[in-house]
Amino acid sequence: MSKPTKKILNDPRKAVSEMIDGLVLANDGAVVKLPDHDAIVKKEIPDGKVALLIGGGSGHEPMFHGFVGKNLGDGAACGQIFAAPSPDTIYEAAKAVDRGNGILFLYGNYAGDNMNFDIAAEMLEDDGIDVRTVRVRDDVAAAPPDRMDDRRGIAGDVLMIKIAGGAAAELDSLDEVERVTRKAGDNVRTMGVAVSAGSIPETGKLTFELADDEIEIGMGAHGEAGIARQKLQPADEITDQLIEKILSDLPFGKGDEVALLINNLGATTMMEMLVVNRRLRQVFDEHGITVHRTLVGTWLTVQEMAGFSVTLMKLDDELKHYLDMPASSVGFSNM
Amino acid sequence: MVKKIDRDATVAMLRSVANDVIANVDRLTDADLATGDGDHGIGMRRGFEAALESLGSKPPETIEDAFKQVGMAIMSKTGGAAGAVFGTVFRSGAKAFAGEDAITAESFAAFLEEAQAAVARRGGVEEGQKTMLDAVAPAARAAKACGGNDVSAVIAAASEAADKGVDATKEMLATTGKARSLGERSIGHPDPGAISISIILGAMKNAAEAS
Repeated sequence: MSKPTKKILNDPRKAVSEMIDGLVLANDGAVVKLPDHDAIVKKEIPDGKVALLIGGGSGHEPMFHGFVGKNLGDGAACGQIFAAPSPDTIYEAAKAVDRGNGILFLYGNYAGDNMNFDIAAEMLEDDGIDVRTVRVRDDVAAAPPDRMDDRRGIAGDVLMIKIAGGAAAELDSLDEVERVTRKAGDNVRTMGVAVSAGSIPETGKLTFELADDEIEIGMGAHGEAGIARQKLQPADEITDQLIEKILSDLPFGKGDEVALLINNLGATTMMEMLVVNRRLRQVFDEHGITVHRTLVGTWLTVQEMAGFSVTLMKLDDELKHYLDMPASSVGFSNM
Repeated sequence: MVKKIDRDATVAMLRSVANDVIANVDRLTDADLATGDGDHGIGMRRGFEAALESLGSKPPETIEDAFKQVGMAIMSKTGGAAGAVFGTVFRSGAKAFAGEDAITAESFAAFLEEAQAAVARRGGVEEGQKTMLDAVAPAARAAKACGGNDVSAVIAAASEAADKGVDATKEMLATTGKARSLGERSIGHPDPGAISISIILGAMKNAAEAS
C-alpha cells in the first residue's frame, strides 16, 4: 500500500477555502471572492461585456481559478477537490459576472460538472439571462472520435480559456463568442501519461496505485484509467506513443499550424518536459506541422501526480488572433 | 404495522439517515477508490453534515420543508455529480410529500418513483450503467409492488431491493461517470452511489420500524 501523503496544510477540510483566500491575495486586488461561496470574480468587468464563467473541481491548480484575469475568465466557480461546484455557487458567480450581454459557461466535460452547471443555467434562464455552454472534451484517450461526448476535458482547457477569454473581451455578441470557442474546441486534442499518483488531502489516499516501474498512458485528470499500463520507457518512446494518437485523431497533417501545450500534471520536472518538447518538434518536422506558439508549464495538475500531457490545437487566423492577445492571471502569466 | 410517519418522526428519520451516511464515510471512500477518484465519502459527509445543520438551525414546519432543506443542503455542499443527484432524490421527496402531514405507504412509493424519474433525467442515465439509479429503481419498484398501508413494510421492501441492487452493480460494466474509462476493470466492484442509496433506505427502514 501507498505511504501516507505529506502536504503542507492546516485542516485538510478547509484546504479549498484557505487556498482561495490565498489566491485572491495573489491577484493583488484584481479579483474578489464571493461571500459564502468558493467563487472568484474580476473586480472590473465592463458593462455590456459578454461574460466568461469557467469552473470545476479544485485540486487542479492553477486550473480553474488561476485563469481569471485580463482577457481570460471573468469569474470561476470552484468545487471541492476533484468535485464539481454546486449549482448555487455557479449561479452566484454567474450573477456576479453578468453585464447584461449573456454568459458563456466553459468547463470540462464530466458528469458532475455537466449536471451542476446545467442546473445553474436553468436557474439563470428563469431570471432571463442568456447562457451558452461549451464543454472541453479534448482527451483522445477517453473515447474514440465517434463518441466525442464521452471525452473528458483536460489541459485543452488552457487554450480554450485563452481563446474564449480573448473572444469575450473583443466580440460583443454571445453568439460570436460561442462560435469561436466551439471552433477552438473542435480543433484541440490532448493526451497524457501518468508516472505516479496524486492524493486527495482530506482522505490522504492516492487516487490509484501504480508500481514503481510502471506508467499509464492516457490516464485522466482524476486518475481515471487510461489506455495502456506499461513499463517506464525512454522519453522519446513515450512521446511518440502520445503524439501518434493525437496526430491521427483530428487528424493533424502537412501544412497545419498549431499551438503546442505541454502540461505538467504536478510533480514532473521542467527538464523532462523540455526533453519531450525536443522530440515533439522532431516529429512535427517529419509531418510538416508548424508550431505557431509553444506553452510549456504547469496549468492543470492532479495534486502531486507526476506525468505530463501534450495538447495540440490546429489554428486558423482567427484562433491565432485570440491566442496571441495579451493576457494575465495568476495561473497564466503576470509578467 | 406503521400507518403514518408524522413530521417530527420524519425529521428524526432524516437525522438518522444523515448520521448513518456520515458514519459510513470510510466505506464510501474505499468503494469509490476502487472505481472512481475516492471523493464520494467526503462529499456525502459534507452534504449530510450541512443537512443536519439545516434541520437544527431551522426546524422544518412541514415534511415537504424537511425534505427540501435536506435536498438543498446536499445540493449546495456535496458538490460533484453526487450533490446534483442526491440533492435531486431528497427534492423529489419534497415534491411527493407536498401538502401532506404524514408519510404514508402510498406517498413513500410515489417519492421513490419520482426520485427514479428525476435522477434518470438529471444524470442522463438508464438502469444497468452501474450508477445509484441501479439501487433507486429496484427500490421504487419494490415499494410500489409491496402495496398495502403499512409504511414501514414499504420502506423495508425498498431497502431490501436497494441492497440487492448494490450487489447487482458489481456485475455491471460502468458506461458513465469517472468509472467509465475502467471498462472491464469496473466489474467486480459495487457502485459507491448505489451503496449510499442502500445506507439511506436502510436508515429510513430502521427509523420507520422504531416510530
